[in-house]
Amino acid sequence: MAYLSDEKISFGIVIVGGGPAGMAAAVAAYDAGERDILILERDNALGGILRQCIHNGFGLHRFGEELTGPEYAYKYERMVEERGIAYMLDTMVIGIDKERNLTAVNRDRGIFTIKCGAIILAMGCRERPRGALNIAGTRPAGIYTAGTAQKYVNMKGYMPGREVVILGSGDIGLIMARRMTLEGASVKAVCELMPYSGGLARNIEQCLNDFDIPLYLSTTVVEIHGKERVEAVTVAEVDERRRPKLETARTIPCDTLLLSCGLIPENELTKDAGIPLDAITNGAVVNGDRETDVEGIFACGNVLHVHDLVDYVSEEAVIAGTSAVRYIRGESGRDADIALKTDGRVRYTVPQRITSLKDTVVYFRVADVYKDAYLVVKRGEEVLYKRKKQKLAPGEMETVKLTEEMLKGDGGELRLSIEMA
Amino acid sequence: MKERILTCIICPRGCTLRVTLDEAGVPTSVEGNACPRGKTYAETECTAPMRTVTSTVRCTDGSVIPVKTDRAIPKRLVFDCMKEINLLRVSPECAVGDILIEHILGTDASLVVTGKKP
Repeated sequence: MAYLSDEKISFGIVIVGGGPAGMAAAVAAYDAGERDILILERDNALGGILRQCIHNGFGLHRFGEELTGPEYAYKYERMVEERGIAYMLDTMVIGIDKERNLTAVNRDRGIFTIKCGAIILAMGCRERPRGALNIAGTRPAGIYTAGTAQKYVNMKGYMPGREVVILGSGDIGLIMARRMTLEGASVKAVCELMPYSGGLARNIEQCLNDFDIPLYLSTTVVEIHGKERVEAVTVAEVDERRRPKLETARTIPCDTLLLSCGLIPENELTKDAGIPLDAITNGAVVNGDRETDVEGIFACGNVLHVHDLVDYVSEEAVIAGTSAVRYIRGESGRDADIALKTDGRVRYTVPQRITSLKDTVVYFRVADVYKDAYLVVKRGEEVLYKRKKQKLAPGEMETVKLTEEMLKGDGGELRLSIEMA
Repeated sequence: MKERILTCIICPRGCTLRVTLDEAGVPTSVEGNACPRGKTYAETECTAPMRTVTSTVRCTDGSVIPVKTDRAIPKRLVFDCMKEINLLRVSPECAVGDILIEHILGTDASLVVTGKKP
């Protein structure tokens, strides 16, 4: 880590969060020519959530090889070190404002303020906890979010339980079903409220099917039993409006309930700074540069919208990092203002706005499972792009490239929609 | 002629593979794969399925470090591999890439360290 004098109170680019997004943004900013960069990380090491994701499957897009989470993080950590990019660990950012003053706290310096040329938000996301799920029953020990259990097993070496039911079929839940099984636990069931899994098909295959763990779709936990410790959960099927059909209720004995029920971008700092958020993504509204509605403040990675793959996080962080460099050099160059709208079947897009006429890759997610449907991009009634998609699912982020050619032309609005064949 | 439907686990795309097998259970054709790796996966999966194992190893100071087999091992050996891993006690000073066990369970795979002690 580069030496930082106590007197240095301004930086060209300050990055909040030293996970995969923050590190990739820092490396990209450095490689674009900026040297005055600082990463602030609240944990005791760089790497973020990848440190506990010890399974493999990362890096195929980015590095062309299959890496585990710690290996992927290590590659970026090395890039940060090789470039001599400054970072502070055990440092919590407690506030930012629209003038890009950032306040942080750590043991060495106490509370301190940094004047930033640009800020990149890369705080990641956190899991939806029990309190946000309205599950009836007692409040015993043995209820964890899947990520908390993952941290216990993979970083602390503790087993959180022996007989496990998992609610939610997000990827972390599926990965933990396998991990707990390998460590000798019995995973009784994975219950998913929706009629489809929220996780990748490969994880259903290699984490559940490999170990004969049943996945019950359209099923949820309606009650938790146990006084000191979880003793059982009652599960029931749900109807098409996701209300439990109590006549289908059955009780599964277990000592542990893991929750894998969605991730929420961690945007307290963003909100406090008065940066507008998108109600669907729970992340900031951004343009193609990943710049928020507040000039000079950028966002990337899971704090912006939840990604399926860290490879896409890194890709997005490169956009934010290089755009931040252009911003502090006064080279942002805005020559358009196009709003990207959706039709409901497309739930959201990132970016939500395009402010420069250049080829732009747009990430989006759909609201339901669609088969043999068309992705259509329109300006008014004019079809600019139409492509058949064999299968679209909410669990899998999609991309579409809007070319400079498509962006040119009248009207400040493009619409992404899914049309059925 | 028999048919098996598989989900490819090689990359996040997760292609649905349709494998035709002859009477002896040998794959004769694979459809639905977006890349050549899918075909290889389907053929291996129907004859001798393989999996990479990732886990943690206990260090002598009680902490754990992450490890993996550096290539896939036969799927039937996965739980035996876990037993080997859980018998190990290693130095907390292990570096990323260090080999802990060569030819684990007589396979071509080595058990290697993938991360630093948390």
